[in-house]
Amino acid sequence: MLVESRPEQRAETAPAPPKRQLARALGLLLAVVLLVFVAMASIGVGAKSLAPDLVWHGLFHDSGTYADIVVRDRISRTVLGLLAGAAFGLSGSVLQALTRNPLADPGLLGINAGASAAVVTAITFFGVTSLSGYVWFAFAGAAAVGALVWFLGGTRGATPVRLALAGTAIGAALYGYLQAVMITDDEALSRMRFWTVGSLDSADDRTIVQVLPFLLAGMVLSLALARPLNAMEMGDDTARALGAHLNRTRALAMLAATVLCGAATASCGPVMFVGLMVPHVVRSFTGPDLRWILPYAAVLSPVLLLGADIVGRLVARPAEIQVGVITALIGGPVFIFLVRRRRTAQL
Amino acid sequence: MKTLSRSRAVRTPGGLSLRLDLRSLIVVVLLLVAVLAAGVALIGTGDAHIPAMDVLRTLAGNGNPYQDFIVNELRLPRLLVGLLVGASLGLGGALFQSISRNPLGSPDVLGLAQGSTAGALVMIVLFSGSAAAVTAGALVGGLVTGLGIYLLAWKQGVHGYRLVLVGIGVSAVLTAVNSYLITKADIVDAARAVVWMTGSLSGRDWTQVWPLLILCAVVVPVVLAGGRGLRMLEMGDDVAYALGVRVHRVRLVLMAGAVLLTAAATAAAGPVGFVALTAPQLARRLTRSPGPNLVPSLCMGAGLLVTADWLCQRLFGADQLPVGVVTGVVGGAYLLWLLVGERRAGRV
Repeated sequence: MLVESRPEQRAETAPAPPKRQLARALGLLLAVVLLVFVAMASIGVGAKSLAPDLVWHGLFHDSGTYADIVVRDRISRTVLGLLAGAAFGLSGSVLQALTRNPLADPGLLGINAGASAAVVTAITFFGVTSLSGYVWFAFAGAAAVGALVWFLGGTRGATPVRLALAGTAIGAALYGYLQAVMITDDEALSRMRFWTVGSLDSADDRTIVQVLPFLLAGMVLSLALARPLNAMEMGDDTARALGAHLNRTRALAMLAATVLCGAATASCGPVMFVGLMVPHVVRSFTGPDLRWILPYAAVLSPVLLLGADIVGRLVARPAEIQVGVITALIGGPVFIFLVRRRRTAQL
Repeated sequence: MKTLSRSRAVRTPGGLSLRLDLRSLIVVVLLLVAVLAAGVALIGTGDAHIPAMDVLRTLAGNGNPYQDFIVNELRLPRLLVGLLVGASLGLGGALFQSISRNPLGSPDVLGLAQGSTAGALVMIVLFSGSAAAVTAGALVGGLVTGLGIYLLAWKQGVHGYRLVLVGIGVSAVLTAVNSYLITKADIVDAARAVVWMTGSLSGRDWTQVWPLLILCAVVVPVVLAGGRGLRMLEMGDDVAYALGVRVHRVRLVLMAGAVLLTAAATAAAGPVGFVALTAPQLARRLTRSPGPNLVPSLCMGAGLLVTADWLCQRLFGADQLPVGVVTGVVGGAYLLWLLVGERRAGRV
């Protein structure tokens, strides 16, 4: 909720026509209202659905009724959805700006591969079986790969293509390892096949507390990077002429993206598509200004993630379909529709 | 621009002229030598070790019956499938990366591999089908996905960027379907599915060689003939059009070729990871030549897969792990090495 106060501050100094700024600020407000609505629905809807007044009661009073217990139980899931969704959206936006490649997603820089390889190592060689045990492994794996990509992709003169290629190359090697372990170890396979889908249903308070500081720090950092990243969109030479510190900005952007995506992946598995799709959708109505893209992405990504989670709970009641599956099934067609609607030049 | 000075025009007395890039030619020749050497080493490797000279003698038809059976019936078809699959993936990857004008626009990213996988998984998980059914499912899945992506991206012609973005959308949907299918399968089917998805060459015989070989013999020349147009297309549609390239027709033919090659290769060996993505990048870095580098990519793809198969057998023992486990590691490590070397040499 760091996000809300920023746009108004910016609106005074920004040079764009005031009418458009107002429309964007109102749109953001609308998005926040939508998010609150979806979050309430996420607490209320499920195998046992609750009326809104019961949800409201359960949120503020813990009187031990059946409804209150259900609400408590769904709060952690909803909070995780909010945090992880915002993290995926922000890291995707930052990475797309950093690599100047609209195809960039956290998977591209090998971050998901690092987290997955670390989790499979934890299962097979350290016998870890709980989600709160995976978290540190996943996070460490993501961070290590992020650092390695940065180092090999060229600390000096890290061009977008080189970063992307280094990430892909490391990802390739790690997926080989991942598959080798899964083929030889049935236990790892049976656990990993559920982890890699990405789901919110195993969320507990402990996991959230573990990743919370990292998520908040990453969110603040990425929102603070909007202005320097804006300058870099115009190309290296122009950015340098405008006084941007290219390498510092790149290093910080990489750090923010890795921390956000690493922590989010650690807590709910690699939900790939959110970070790729939401920035595209957002850009189609905010334009290329990251000072707007980032807040919008931070608000709308959790809407997508929680919305998909709700749908996943409803379609297969009383069982559920994992949020990663639903996200892609809903997001994919929407994404294709948006791509088709735009003219070639705008792509 | 230094690279351009190395290429020279060869003129024949009849008035034909041909631009010849010396470095590319050398790279292709060296790659072919490496592929053949790796192939001979691969045939000799296994539970029954056969020295290189015996392999060559047996291939020429002068071996003893025992070696003749092992070499010509068991290991040669496997090697040929590996060569053809690697070459198809390398060429398909180079075509897609060039058409999409994006170094990441390989069939793995565009959803073709996921389409083949979906077809195969439906056969494995829902029907517990035979190996032939899985191959057929993968082939149909890949072709349908290729057609679907083309139609969805079609809007007064297919533009490279829209193609990639549509491909990514399709790929995300199919990935979700695949993961869901795997979570629904019982553990035996899931294990079989993971092996297939890794990409494996074990147990491939002559019945798989012939269809692939015939397909490659038809498609590869057509595609290579379109390579000239592709080079122009990389300069942008308008420039290519002005230079006399029929933009949409060339793109359609090349894409159809790339989809056929990739789908057939994936059906034969599974979606072997990262060959299509890394082979063109490696080839481009070795030849240091702009343009699609089709022939070097083809040789590089074949070389990568055969080397990976050989390494896999040497390191883990015969048929312990599928080859796809190693292609990612080999291709990824080699690409990293080249990237680091480039940084040191100051080339970016």
